[in-house]
Amino acid sequence: MLKFIGRRLLMLIPVMLGVVLLVFSMMYFSPGNPEDYILGDMATAEDKAAFRKENGLDDPFLIQYFNYVKNALQGDLGTSYTTKMPVIDEILERFPTTFKLALFSTIIAVAIGVTTGIVSAVKQYSIWDNICRFVAMIGVSMPTFWEGLMLIILFSVYLGWLPSSGFTSWKHWILPAVTIGTHSASSIMRMTRSSMLEAIRQDYIRTARAKGQKESVVIWKHAFRNAIIPVMTIVGLQFGRMLGGSAITEIVFSVPGLGNLIISAIKVKNAPLVQGGILFMAVVMSMCNLLVDVLYAYVDPRIRSQYVSGKSKKKTVSKSVTKEAA
Amino acid sequence: MEENILEIKDLTIHYVTDEETVEAVNGITLTLQKGESLGLVGETGAGKTTTALGIMRLIPDPPGRYISGEIIYKGEDLLKKSENEMRKIRGHEISMIFQDPMTALNPVLTVGEQIAEVIQLHHKISAADALIRATEMMELVGIEGSRHTEYPHQFSGGMKQRIVIAIALACDPSLLIADEPTTALDVTIQEQVLDLIENLKKKFGTSMILITHDLGVVAEVCDKVAIIYGGEIVEYGTLEHIYNNTKHPYTIGLFGSIPNFNEKTRRLKPIYGLMPNPADLPDGCTFAERCPDAMECCRSGKIPNIEIEPGHFVRCRKYQSQGGETDGE
Repeated sequence: MLKFIGRRLLMLIPVMLGVVLLVFSMMYFSPGNPEDYILGDMATAEDKAAFRKENGLDDPFLIQYFNYVKNALQGDLGTSYTTKMPVIDEILERFPTTFKLALFSTIIAVAIGVTTGIVSAVKQYSIWDNICRFVAMIGVSMPTFWEGLMLIILFSVYLGWLPSSGFTSWKHWILPAVTIGTHSASSIMRMTRSSMLEAIRQDYIRTARAKGQKESVVIWKHAFRNAIIPVMTIVGLQFGRMLGGSAITEIVFSVPGLGNLIISAIKVKNAPLVQGGILFMAVVMSMCNLLVDVLYAYVDPRIRSQYVSGKSKKKTVSKSVTKEAA
Repeated sequence: MEENILEIKDLTIHYVTDEETVEAVNGITLTLQKGESLGLVGETGAGKTTTALGIMRLIPDPPGRYISGEIIYKGEDLLKKSENEMRKIRGHEISMIFQDPMTALNPVLTVGEQIAEVIQLHHKISAADALIRATEMMELVGIEGSRHTEYPHQFSGGMKQRIVIAIALACDPSLLIADEPTTALDVTIQEQVLDLIENLKKKFGTSMILITHDLGVVAEVCDKVAIIYGGEIVEYGTLEHIYNNTKHPYTIGLFGSIPNFNEKTRRLKPIYGLMPNPADLPDGCTFAERCPDAMECCRSGKIPNIEIEPGHFVRCRKYQSQGGETDGE
C-alpha cells in the first residue's frame, strides 16, 4: 500500500510540470501587460520598464518558464505583483476558508445526496423516487450563481434570517455551503441511486434476505457497501474541485477564499498568483484522487488484494498515460 | 402416516407488470414429509425458482404477486405471516442454497462474517461466539476454519458453493431448499457437493426440496419427484413411480433426452419446440403444442390431475379413463 502511495506521489511530478507549462503559456501569450494593470494609468514608461525588468518579464519564454520551475522546486512560487507578499503565503492564508467551506458543503451534499439516492433506489418509481429525481434534475440544471442569488433574495432580503456576505459568524457559512452543497448533492444522489439500483438486484442481496436479515441492514450493510465506490469517486472529485475554490459562489457571497483570490489575480494579470494558485489546486485535486483511491482499497477487498500483490493493471495504465501526457 | 413438514396447496404466483402478466406458478400442490427429499424437475422458466422463492416469501414485490394458495409449514400458513415472523423463519427454519455461488456471496464481507451473520441473527450469542460457530461450519463443509478472514473472491467456485451451503445449514434448518446447487459447478465438484448435502441432510435430519433440471441428480438424492412444466406440476410421485412407471408425455420426453447406456440409440430424442411463453400460456394443457400424443380435447379446459396409482399423479387427458380423478386441487 505504501509503495502504491509512493508511486502515485511520484506521478505527481510530470502532472505538475504539465500544469505549470499550460498555465504559464496561457498567462504569457494572453493579451495585456501586467504593468498596465498593476501600476495604473499614472505610471511612466520608466516605471513600467523597471517593473518588467524586476520581474524578469523581458526574458524569453523558455527562460522565464525554467526560472519559474527552478524556483517552484525550491518551494518559491514567486511574489504577488499587487501585495508583494509571497504567493504561497497568500494561498495558505485563503485556503482554510475554502477548506472549511468545501467541508461543510460536502457534508451537506453527502447527507442529502446519499440518503435521497438510497430512498430513490429502494423505492424505485414510487412517489418519493419521482420527487427526488425531479428535484435532483433541477439541482443539476440550476447554475450555482443563480441559486446563490435566489437564496440571498429569499433568506437575506425577504426573510432576513441569514446574512448575504461577510464572514464573521457561523451564520455566514450557511448560504454558500448550501448553494454548493445542494448542487453537488444532485449529482451524488443520481450516482447513489443508479449504483444502489444495481446493487440491490444482486444475488447476494437475496442471500442476505434469505438469512432472515432486516431490510435496513440488507440495504446498508450489504447493498450500500457494494454501491459506495462510484459514489466515493463523485464525492472525491467534487470535494477536490471545491478545495480549489468554488470561484463563482465565493464571488456571489464575497467569501474570502481561494477562488475569489485567483479570479481577482486573473483580472490584473497577476501571473505569479494565478500560476501558484492553479498549481496548488492541481496538487490538492491529485491528493484528493489519491485519497479516494486509497479508500477504494479500504472498502473493497478485491481492490485491496490487487495492491497487495502489486499486479494492478489500473496503476500501470494510468502511469503510462500520464507519462505520455507529460 | 408421517408428519407433513410442508404442504403447498394450489399455489399461484404471477408477475404483474403494466405490459403483461407472467404466469410463473399456476396452482402447484405438493407435500413434503419430515426428513424427505423432493426433487422439483423442469426446464428453465418452468417456475421452479419462483416456487422456491415463493416458499421463502422472497418473491420481489412488485412485480411478484401471490394470487392464491396456501403454504402450510409445520401447520401454519406462511402466506399469512407478517414480515417479522417470516424473518425469524428464513435462515433458521427454512433456508436456501442458491444457484450461482459466484454471485450469491457478498464480495465485500469476509466469508466468516457472512456465515456468522445468520448464526447471530437466530441465536442469542455474541459476535465472537458466532464467528467460532462459523469456523466450525466451515470445517464441516470441508474448508479450513482459519480461512474465515478471507473474502469470496479468494475461493474457487466449488468452495464458494460450500460456503453458501454452510450459511444455509448454519442454523440447523428443518427445511432446506436447494435451487440448482450444482448447475454452476463442473462435474467433479458436483459430485462432492451433492455428497456433502446428502451427508449433512442425514446428520441434521433436514427435509429438502432439490430444484434441478438434472434427472441424474434427482435419482441420486430424492425420495419423491415433481415434474414441473409451464408453472404446473405435470407428474408427481415417488422416485420409483417416476423412473419406472413414467406416464406423462413430458416426463417421457425428458428421459428420452438423456443418453442410456443399456440401449444403443443412434440419436437422442429431444422434446421438439420451446416452452410456451409464461406471459401467454395456451388454453388447456400447456404441453399440448409439443406433445406427441396431443388430442383435440387437450387444447381447451382444465386438465385433470389423475391419481394413476396411489401417490402417483399425472396431469394428462391420456389417462383420464384410468385411475381416480382428483379435481387438481
